[in-house]
This record gives sequence, C-alpha cells and structure tokens, in this order.
Amino acid sequence: MGESGEQEGVTKMNVIWLFFLLSGMGVAMVRGDVGTITQGALKGAELAVEVALGLIGAMALWLGMMRIAQEAGLIHLLARITRPLMVRLFPSIPPGHPALGQIILNLSANVLGLGSAATPFGMKAMKEMQALNGNRSEASEAMCTFLALNTSCITLVPATIIAVRLAAGSTAPTEIVGPTIAATTVGMSVAVTADWLLRRYFRRRGGRVC
Amino acid sequence: MLVGILDPLSRWMVPLLFLVILLAGAWRRIKVYEAFVSGAKEGFTIAIQLIPYLVAMLVALGIFRESGAMDLVMGAIRPVTNLMGIPSEILPLAIMRPLSGSGALGVATELINTFGPDSMIGRLASTMQGTTDTTFFVLTIYFGAVGVQRYRYSLFTGLLADVTSFLASVYFCNLWFGAA
Repeated sequence: MGESGEQEGVTKMNVIWLFFLLSGMGVAMVRGDVGTITQGALKGAELAVEVALGLIGAMALWLGMMRIAQEAGLIHLLARITRPLMVRLFPSIPPGHPALGQIILNLSANVLGLGSAATPFGMKAMKEMQALNGNRSEASEAMCTFLALNTSCITLVPATIIAVRLAAGSTAPTEIVGPTIAATTVGMSVAVTADWLLRRYFRRRGGRVC
Repeated sequence: MLVGILDPLSRWMVPLLFLVILLAGAWRRIKVYEAFVSGAKEGFTIAIQLIPYLVAMLVALGIFRESGAMDLVMGAIRPVTNLMGIPSEILPLAIMRPLSGSGALGVATELINTFGPDSMIGRLASTMQGTTDTTFFVLTIYFGAVGVQRYRYSLFTGLLADVTSFLASVYFCNLWFGAA
C-alpha cells in the first residue's frame, strides 16, 4: 500500500455509487416497473442542477464578503482568537492558518442555522485545506475531522422545522429545541471521537483506507 | 428561555457580519468593490463545478428511491427497530436523513402534519430533523468542490454520527416528553 498507488484502483465512492444504481435498477426490473428507473434518473439530474444553480447567488454574495474580510485581516484574526481549541482539533493545520478561520465561520453559521452562509464558508475551508493537502485526490486528516464536525453539527435554532410545527398548529413549536441540542451533542461527541480514533488507527497502520 | 435569546441572535448575525466586514475593509483602506467582485467570481465557479458531482449522486439516489429499493431496505430494518421500541412510522425519515435534505424535510413535514406536531412521532420527527446534516450531500459537495475522490473514513464517521443521533433523538424525546 504505497503512496504511488493511490491514484489507481476503485475508490469507496465507486462501490457506493454502483450499489445505489444497480440495486435500484435491479429492484425496478424485478418489480417489472422499469419506468421508475428513467423517471428517478431524470428527476435526480434535474434536482442536481436546480440545487447547484440555487447556490450561485448565496455563494457569490458570501465569498465576495469573505474576500473583503480576508483582505482586511479579519479571517486571520478569527483564526488567532480560536487557536487554543483549533490546534487540538486540527493538529495538521499550522496555527493561525486562514483555513482555521473559515472552519470556525462555517461551524458558527451551522450552529446559528444559517445554512446559506455555512456552505460558502465550508467550501472556502475545503479549498484552503486542499492547498495544504498538496491538491491530492485523497482527503486529508483535517478534511475528515472538519466533515465529521460539519455533518453532525449542532443547530441551536432549527428554524425550518419550528416553522413547520407552527404551521401544523403546535401549541409549543420550540419545545423540541432541548432534546435536539441534547441528541446532537451525543452525535457530535461520537463523530469527533470516532474521527480521532480512526485517524490514529490509520496513521499507525501507515496504510490507506478505501 | 434559550430560544428567546437565540432567535434574535440568528436574525442579527448576518447584518452585523456584513457591517463588521465592510467597516474593517474601509478602515484598512481595502478596495472593497474589487475585492467583493473577485470573491463573488470564485463563488460562481465553485457552484458551477459542483454540477457533475451532484448529478452523479442525485441520479443514483433518485433511482434508488423511485424503484422501491429504499422501501425494501426499510422493510428489512423494521423488525430490529420494532424490537428496540422505535416507532416504525419514523423509519422513512431515519433512512432519508443522510441521503437527501429536501427529501427528509418532506418526510418530516408529512409526519408532523399526519400525526400532529405535539404527538410523540411529531416531536421525534422534529428532533431528528434538527440533529444531523445530510451526510451524503455534504460530502458530495464539499469534496466535489476541491476534486477529492477518496473520502477515506469520513463517510463512515458521518453515518455513525447519523445512527447515533437517531438513537439519541429517540432516547431524549422519551426522556423529555415521557415515554409513550
């Protein structure tokens, strides 16, 4: 398992992608309802473009603002302030590196339920980490930790679901905030711990997972 | 209450952030207009670059769902969750949550309206919706944006967090609102 072989071979993503496609097609064929294959594929493709185009406005707005913040030195400042915590979570990123500032911005936006702001910050963070990663096609340790935090992230105000509950005539639309925070805390702790253990495990083994 | 503080905070956050950024830019004598445009250009490029990755993922998930394969998976899991005392009505949401954000919101909305927002299932659906993010979607767009193809252990970590959050939601809802 040398470094040189990492571009070759079948990635995990290939297996998962094929699994979704082939099992779906298989089930449709057995059920004799092949039309759902075409329908599902076209619906998915359309939705993908819709999602990506829907991102353009928010991405342009936030990355425009971020460029000003970066040139004014605000991202550096944020990275410096949060250094003690971030150095522990992301030992592979040099302290004070702008990537840390972007990560903090992404996580804060997530916590506050500002989804449209979180994505551009996250993308920027990934770009910075990919530069540190030497533009390899394999995820770096820092990226894995970042995504572990991101996908399990606490949302203090789940605004959308509160709106749905209110519309459905709930007498206490915000009562779910308590259990939500408690459950997310557990999920996030497990994610961060698993990431830490896996990182150590694969580092010791020296090999590459996939 | 907590929400009383947090709600205005999340409403003020964006305007305040804009204000701080613009004032800092002006203070440091940055060419704010040129800086904004060059950053916005980058945002546009990133969004467009995502399309092939998103098409690949959402086509696969679309076929998986429309064909009925997802229902089969749910049927296979049901006996296990019944044993653990998890209401089976909530399963479609648990399966959908890591796969599709809009799909999960759709399922959650339907559950909340069918069973009532203040029912156990309604509360559980609301809690689950807020606990995790759409793992597959997040990994696809974040790794897609930088051209990373090998996700290493991050998919495993993300799905582990999803399963944990799901079980924790069931546990805390029972604790909070009294077991049904």
